[in-house]
Amino acid sequence: MKILVTAKRVTDPDAKIRVKPDGTGIETAGLEYKLNPFCENAIEAAVSMVEKHGGEAIAVTIGTADVEQNLRTALAMGCERAIRVEIADDQLDSDLTARILVKLFETEKPDLFLLGKQAVDGDSNQVAQLVAEMLDLPQACFASGIVIENGEAVVTREIDGGIETIAVKLPAVVSADLRLNTPRLPTLPNVLKAKRKPLQVLTPAALGVDTALKVATVAYEAPPQRKGGIKVKTVQELVEKLQNEAKAL
Amino acid sequence: MEFGLTPDQSALREQVLRFARQEIVPRVREHDLASEFDFDSWRKLGEYGVLGLNIPEAYGGGGADVMTCVVVGEALGEAGVDGGLTLAYGAHSFLCADTIAAHGNEEQKALYLPRLATGEWIGCMGLTEPGAGSDAAALRLRAERVDGGWRLNGTKMFITNGPIADIAVIFARTDAEAAHAGISAFVVRKGTPGFSAGKNLHKLGVRTSLTSELVFDDCIIPEENLLGMEGMGFFVALQTLEWDRSALLAPAIGTTGFLIDRCCRYAGEREQFGRPIASFQAVRHKIADLKIFQEAARSLVYRIAWCKDQGQPMNHLEASVAKLFVGDASLQPTNDAVVLHGGYGYCAEYDVERVFRDLRIAAIGGGTSDIQKMIISRLMGEGV
Ligand SMILES: Cc1cc2nc3c(=O)[nH]c(=O)nc-3n(C[C@H](O)[C@H](O)[C@H](O)COP(=O)(O)OP(=O)(O)OC[C@H]3O[C@@H](n4cnc5c(N)ncnc54)[C@H](O)[C@@H]3O)c2cc1C
Repeated sequence: MKILVTAKRVTDPDAKIRVKPDGTGIETAGLEYKLNPFCENAIEAAVSMVEKHGGEAIAVTIGTADVEQNLRTALAMGCERAIRVEIADDQLDSDLTARILVKLFETEKPDLFLLGKQAVDGDSNQVAQLVAEMLDLPQACFASGIVIENGEAVVTREIDGGIETIAVKLPAVVSADLRLNTPRLPTLPNVLKAKRKPLQVLTPAALGVDTALKVATVAYEAPPQRKGGIKVKTVQELVEKLQNEAKAL
Repeated sequence: MEFGLTPDQSALREQVLRFARQEIVPRVREHDLASEFDFDSWRKLGEYGVLGLNIPEAYGGGGADVMTCVVVGEALGEAGVDGGLTLAYGAHSFLCADTIAAHGNEEQKALYLPRLATGEWIGCMGLTEPGAGSDAAALRLRAERVDGGWRLNGTKMFITNGPIADIAVIFARTDAEAAHAGISAFVVRKGTPGFSAGKNLHKLGVRTSLTSELVFDDCIIPEENLLGMEGMGFFVALQTLEWDRSALLAPAIGTTGFLIDRCCRYAGEREQFGRPIASFQAVRHKIADLKIFQEAARSLVYRIAWCKDQGQPMNHLEASVAKLFVGDASLQPTNDAVVLHGGYGYCAEYDVERVFRDLRIAAIGGGTSDIQKMIISRLMGEGV
């Protein structure tokens, strides 16, 4: 079984994010980066499927050379090789990301394409769906369980009010939810070995991808600061404030 | 010459921090307070690959260079792993396993190293004796040739992992006449008749490492347990001391970072005289002193690691300088870190008193600061 799996780098979700004063982006100086938690779930799923069924898991990412550190984590977790497509994070939108991944899919021809359901920085939650649509493949998003049997992926999905189980024919696109599994911590020998695993670098031009964007970012702004609460003296005053200031009644 | 970590090394640091904070640190205080060795953490260090990191890949280890071991040791300390566990790891991996890797023959390496790499067997190294510490060459534990092997008689003292070790690298006297050249190294297995370990000694710090005497009473070991050549023991011991003064010191650098973090947080939160104590210059300077110590110690330790990885053997002067500096120069700033926390600093809750206690071993274990100065002045040669 051949699996393509995404390993996107994101800003540390626990770090304090500051918007640049001119609103053109976020302050990247001193920021720490991590592997997207949902991608970690996807990688764990890919690696354990390969352990079970044989084959290979290939980690893919899009970004400049500094994202390779996170791509190596995917290799340390057990992916056999990795591909990075060279383009800066701020030159991407969900559409271009999807079009690049589609090209990688077409070159590698995997049985399964696993992605994180969303990246915790942009939170767009679009790429897996776009990829499936562009490739005209079955999709199963927000997977909390995946079982491969008879050329199908049986995927459980958490939906409002319960759990839905669907079967999709392979090849298919599946996006991972947090409850899919607990990603492994790669052991030190595997971290050291990951340095020697093959990592291929491609450019959008070499893949024949047009890098024009469909989405233009107009501005970034920090969420408004929360105001402190106040104490009211009477119920009358409370009702008055709820009606006129909070407009909650 | 490079001073910073490579991207690979900083990625490694990240990984180890995450592992240690998740899997080890939550049990540290409990075990320190009880002066107990943490077998769960030991098993996890083994599974994660720390215990075998420096052991060659052919024998089930990670095959890492010294600098990699230093990065990992530093990250363990930074995460908040206590000095007892890192000492137990150091004695096992550097003093015991590395000696076998460097001086053992093929059979010895194949037998011992894979089990030491996983931590299934715990290792220790015995050089010090009740009557021979600073003057290690005066050791008296006797090894006499008997039919098909050796008979050991004598006592080792202050041996880290002694009470729990499955195998011990032991330095013994094989020639009563020759001083330095009369010492040989041996491997002794737990359960060998005539070999026993004493009770754990209650200590000021590094309490989760167990320390005891080892007693040899007509203990017969087979011929094949001789490690390296007969009479070469003292030189074998010198090599382990070099590790002792480099990779084994790395956790102390990380621990200082852990203290800095604790101090910054506390100083920012604690208010006296109507403002955070971090606004007082005297408090800020205490934190600056910790940083100064950490940066200087780091340069010294990295330098030895670098020398070793460059294939320059026996960097004794550099190693002694680093060892002495970590032991002595850490006293004031780590004491200040306790004082910065006021009454809470003296109590276990903030971990700073534990770090203070743990670090005190650096000026004693593996050779006291007096002895380091003796070595340094001797190696400086005629001019001194
Ligand atoms: C927690 C712990 C763990 C240890 N683990 C191990 C281990 O795993 N394996 C092992 O073999 N050993 C181990 N040791 C032993 C350690 O290496 C010795 O304690 C140390 O080398 C000092 O020896 P000593 O205790 O005999 O002190 P002594 O040599 O008796 O020294 C007493 C004092 O005299 C001073 N002194 C001695 N000679 C001189 C001199 N020429 N000039 C100036 N001052 C001098 C010393 O500096 C010291 O202040 C451990 C010790 C401790 C405390």
